[in-house]
Amino acid sequence: MSAGRVIPAGFFPATFMVTDMNKTRTSGRTIGGLRTLSLQAPAVSLLFLWMIVPLAMTVWFSLQRYNLLMPGMTGFAGLENYEYLFTDPALWSAMGTTLLMVGWVLVITVVGGTLLAVLFQQDFMGRGIARVLAISPFFVMPTVSALVWKNMMMHPANGVLSWVAESLGLPAVDWFSSLPLTSVIIIVAWQWLPFALLILLTAMQSLDEDQVEAARMDGAGPIAIFFFITLPHLKRAISVVIMIEMIFLLTIFAEIFVTTSGGPGLATTNLAYLIYIRALLDFDVGMASAGGVVAIILANIVAIFLVRMVAKNLES
Amino acid sequence: MTTAKNQTVARAPAAPTTRSPLTSALLNRRLWLGVLGWTLALVIFFPIFWMIVTGFKTEAEAIADPSLIFSPTLENYAEVQSRAGYAKFALNSVVVAFGSTLLALLIAIPAAYSMAFLPTKRTKGTLLWMLSTKMLPPVGVLVPIYLLFRDTGLLDTRTGLVIVYTLMNLPIVVWMLYTFFKDMPKDILEAGRMDGAGTLQEVIYLLLPLTLPGIASTGLLAVILSWNEAFWSLNLTSSQAAPLTAYIASFSSPEGLFWAKLSAASTMAIAPILIFGWLTQKQMVRGLTFGAVK
Repeated sequence: MSAGRVIPAGFFPATFMVTDMNKTRTSGRTIGGLRTLSLQAPAVSLLFLWMIVPLAMTVWFSLQRYNLLMPGMTGFAGLENYEYLFTDPALWSAMGTTLLMVGWVLVITVVGGTLLAVLFQQDFMGRGIARVLAISPFFVMPTVSALVWKNMMMHPANGVLSWVAESLGLPAVDWFSSLPLTSVIIIVAWQWLPFALLILLTAMQSLDEDQVEAARMDGAGPIAIFFFITLPHLKRAISVVIMIEMIFLLTIFAEIFVTTSGGPGLATTNLAYLIYIRALLDFDVGMASAGGVVAIILANIVAIFLVRMVAKNLES
Repeated sequence: MTTAKNQTVARAPAAPTTRSPLTSALLNRRLWLGVLGWTLALVIFFPIFWMIVTGFKTEAEAIADPSLIFSPTLENYAEVQSRAGYAKFALNSVVVAFGSTLLALLIAIPAAYSMAFLPTKRTKGTLLWMLSTKMLPPVGVLVPIYLLFRDTGLLDTRTGLVIVYTLMNLPIVVWMLYTFFKDMPKDILEAGRMDGAGTLQEVIYLLLPLTLPGIASTGLLAVILSWNEAFWSLNLTSSQAAPLTAYIASFSSPEGLFWAKLSAASTMAIAPILIFGWLTQKQMVRGLTFGAVK
């Protein structure tokens, strides 16, 4: 059950440096070791199984010829699935869509979240309630927010947005057929903006007010204070927000599932949705697993940085 | 008490007289900040507000031009209950969310206890490894989990979802409990041990009561995450064990465009979680960022 033994066998390069760090420390009690073992055993062994079994199966399936619709055709396929996957234009389109979704949602939520956090840190009437209202979307289940936006906000004939556009004398936009990707990005950004706000507001609380006051005395304007004091203070929290969002945004699923089903064409099919199509609609286990391996590798590139950062924090 | 109060009262009038132009500028600034802050907060909250309002309209009013003038009706709530069997899906959500949370707490409390109070050189590595399992994208293991569930008869069962959600939230629960346990003064446990308390007594009579607020907010976060989870629930359930996330998704079919009923069902589905979220927002940050932001 030792983590030291588990990690080299695992697939997460991010944790390698952790074991190195541990070698330098030799605290701990002998009795503690025994008790630790029995107390941590359930959690560690269950998580280990949860990680290793499906992971090994995904890698194994990705090397197999395995389609549930063609039970006769099985056997070792080598890298055939990967070859198919990487020559499939759908994969590259899905990668592009994934990048656009992650990129735009990150820009909107991080920039918007930072500005909102600064605003909600100021003293004004009913600030507490305004804060609560602004972070609420984060607690709404994804299927609800996607459908509320699709039907009641963005509907071309009866939606609130088209009504607003008409009242202003502008043409109504048929969001999901003319701007499908933008529509999904708006919905997802609406869900994650409150997350960024919540984290950054918490980080703002540890901002040294005396320092701000001193800067103001020295004649620094609000913009200078923002760029030279607030932003540097929030740097770490912002990078935590970026990394955590990235890991979740890489595999957006429910919002696409209930609004566009990946369409029109492949316009809103991201990597997660493509894997879902291959696995549960085409029943091509081999191909879907190869896609799964790609998704895992992508997520791990981000994870390395996040884990390293958390580790540093644990040190202090 | 009274002297302190008198002092502030005595000092208060002095300040405005010396800096009165500054204070009025300050008041002005506060007013505009308030207008801006409230406008943005209301814009962000608007879709939720609109959904709640639409739930009290008739279907005809729901698709008419947006209006706040209508006679509220409860018929959508009644109809969602009676025709669509809302209660069944709600029960699935409750059982799955609370079941997985209790199970996760049960497994995590001993682990977090030993990590916080009996740390060894491996503790930090174990914690970080747990965090790294959370980085595994669910879609990467969709195929094997689906096939394993199909072969073991766990597809479309509450048990299956409880298992997945327990494991999904376990790293966050361990981390959050660990940070709460670490904040507890060690002396109290020492004192208990001096008085002859065993490990079990120590945990039950000292640790759990003292860290109850922390455990409660950890549990609430796990409930929120399970309640709103929509990848596994959409892929692993169909009719029997479908929780509210999957039930709401069934409104997406083109023939199911009943906005007022969708709104009523959605309002009921998100109300408890919205309230839980408001209550625990501060402590939640710890769990969501693995202690990296406090």
